Amino acid sequence: MQIIGTVITAIGTVFLFLGSLGVFRLPDVYNRLQAGTKCTTLGAFLTIIGVGIMQPDWLLKTLVIALFILITNPISNHALGRASRKSGVPLCDKSVVDKAGEFEEYKEKK
Amino acid sequence: MGINSEVLYEMIFLAITGLAISLCLLRMLKGPTAPDRAVALDTVATITTALLVVLGFIFERYVYLDVALVYAVLTFIGSVAIARFLEKGI
Repeated sequence: MQIIGTVITAIGTVFLFLGSLGVFRLPDVYNRLQAGTKCTTLGAFLTIIGVGIMQPDWLLKTLVIALFILITNPISNHALGRASRKSGVPLCDKSVVDKAGEFEEYKEKK
Repeated sequence: MGINSEVLYEMIFLAITGLAISLCLLRMLKGPTAPDRAVALDTVATITTALLVVLGFIFERYVYLDVALVYAVLTFIGSVAIARFLEKGI
């Protein structure tokens, strides 16, 4: 049980580090948002669940915290992405597709 | 050796997490626009929640879980408030 919990916590820690590395290195707000959301959500989920497996008395409360993070982290990051799109932060130079900009043009044309 | 494996794992976890938080803080210093800093702040908040749970495991204090839960709620509200401020102003 100890070994399983330690391994799950280690995997989660690696995901947390990779997420913050993506936040540091990627070129654009939207790319950073993607790295900072997905990696961090999975990493925090695995880390907290791993602690709950290592200490079985705490399993219920760690499950509550992990589920809360799993629900609310995508919501807040989606709100941040929508806000940065609305406040006019430009895409980076290498971007290929811009569906939101196409939709804005389509609405103006109509 | 005087150091046992459990303490070694805890030290490695704390080192990696500290490195991750300092990378996010560097992005918060550099970031060209305000949403960059907000994204870095949100990432730091999520990492800190996981760090609080593991600190509770290291120190064997049950109270840290309550602190982590309240911290998660408050950072969610703060991120949504910052997003609303960036979108529409006050």
